[in-house]
Amino acid sequence: MGTGQQAPVDLSVRIGSLTIANPVMSASGCFGYGVEYAGMVDLSTLGAVVVKGLFLKEREGHPAPRIVETPAGMINAIGLQGIGVHRFISEKLPELRERRATVVVNVCGTTVDEYAEVSRILSDAEGVHALELNISCPNIKEGGIQFGCSLGGTHDVVSAVRKVTSLPIIPKLTPNVTDPASFARAAEAAGADAVSLVNTFLALAIDIESRRPKISNGMGGLSGPAIRPIAVRMVYECRQAVKIPVVGMGGIMNARDALEFMIAGATAVQVGTANFVDPLVWNTIVSGIGDYLTRHGIESVDALIGSVDMGKH
Amino acid sequence: MPFDVAATVVANLALSHDYNVLALDAPQIAEAAIPGQFVMVKAATGHDPLLRRPFSVFEILRDASGRATGLSLLVKRIGVSTGLLYDAKPGDTIMCLGPLGQPFTLVDAPSEGWMVAGGVGLAPFWTLAETLVARGVTTTLFYGARRNDELFYLNFFRTLGVELVLTTEDGSGGEQGRVIAPLERALAARPADQPVSLYACGPEGMLAATARTAAAFGRPCEVSVERIMGCGMGGCYSCIVPMKSEGGGFHHVRSCIAGPVLDAAQIVWD
Repeated sequence: MGTGQQAPVDLSVRIGSLTIANPVMSASGCFGYGVEYAGMVDLSTLGAVVVKGLFLKEREGHPAPRIVETPAGMINAIGLQGIGVHRFISEKLPELRERRATVVVNVCGTTVDEYAEVSRILSDAEGVHALELNISCPNIKEGGIQFGCSLGGTHDVVSAVRKVTSLPIIPKLTPNVTDPASFARAAEAAGADAVSLVNTFLALAIDIESRRPKISNGMGGLSGPAIRPIAVRMVYECRQAVKIPVVGMGGIMNARDALEFMIAGATAVQVGTANFVDPLVWNTIVSGIGDYLTRHGIESVDALIGSVDMGKH
Repeated sequence: MPFDVAATVVANLALSHDYNVLALDAPQIAEAAIPGQFVMVKAATGHDPLLRRPFSVFEILRDASGRATGLSLLVKRIGVSTGLLYDAKPGDTIMCLGPLGQPFTLVDAPSEGWMVAGGVGLAPFWTLAETLVARGVTTTLFYGARRNDELFYLNFFRTLGVELVLTTEDGSGGEQGRVIAPLERALAARPADQPVSLYACGPEGMLAATARTAAAFGRPCEVSVERIMGCGMGGCYSCIVPMKSEGGGFHHVRSCIAGPVLDAAQIVWD
């Protein structure tokens, strides 16, 4: 190679039958339906757009205040406000297709049947590339985390969805369990193509003058840089436990953070809170990963995945 | 659109112990902004505080040729981020994302435009007043503050030809009490066949009272709401306001993209 020439690096990764052009995805609940950002971000340049969670029906979510800033992070209890799967397909998906986004839909349900029904409907829609199963939201009373905190519940949801779709299925795991790796194993055994983690950590912020929680729902989910080291640890543990890809997230703010997750074991990463601070973070992270590979003479990002040397640990 | 700009602070004018006007070099945003829009500002690099904060676009700064070179923010010091913005120095760089949100609906003469401002809620009315006056609309600013020394920018509005109706809670300037009182009297005095539109910005209680008063007199009213925002662009669903749904009930709208200017009659007030 002559001076100044750089070998093109391959940033593509495979999640089941889906190949994405780069390993950077939006995290569900942090990027709306993607279309909100289309005036500023070329949606086709994200590895995938993971959209806000959808139930069968519309939901209004919790009253305000829904968020509070915390040290190097934030707590949210949005309550899974959403337009429901049918309105998503008619109102949002056409624009996502037009903008050539790779679309992963976050699927919610209060019952196993609802997860399956929403998944079935999405599998028939044009322009949906994978399904992320939300069995981990800590902010709603039914469904969500109740499945994700139960090995049997995890198995039931994943196998029910497996029966109705050939799209890649990615259960999103909660960190609010003692051993996330066992949930990754349960998901794999039930037919998941990958797992994603972490969803938010159940947390509480109290106003000391009013002696009440700072958000209307009381507790909420913690995200942002504060959680990153715990999330990295959990991604590592899950990578050791399963053969299917692990999609990692938790406080990624830049390319360095994304690379840390990949070296720990993430095949791809999701970026959430960082997008609130910097809506142009996508290109920074993708090109930063590319620069790292070039600098290290690595041709393909695959070589990085799980390459951490834990030594004797 | 919108633009995320590393804006240089060109000036920081302290108006009082807890109010300041921060002038930012941001021509792209200033050129594009229309009255009622806002920007999301990151007060510090790093992770504490992490999130940006929303501010109405206050003044549009222009050079001698009239070209927009930047904008200013009217800041009330409340917490960490506004504290940092109070202390910002010329030459500092502040990330500024905008313009964001839905603007005020402009009226034309012979309708009048009455602005109702409470405290820091004055902020969106610099641009609205300038724009309405340029369209030949007769305007009034009903402006309430805690004390006389917190009634700001009066000369600007007077010079524009905006009628001022001032109130202070302690009676040290204008009429003692809340701004809703003279507003009600003015609406009561105005013949029904003379159109007027209301625009309000300030504490939530003032907005709700203005909405009630406008409805009672059958006058259109837009409010610029203030909600805690995570992203300002519709990504996080933090900033919701309940709005009336057809057939009863309510639905939540994101005030960053459906607002912050909203039809007061459609809001489900607390």
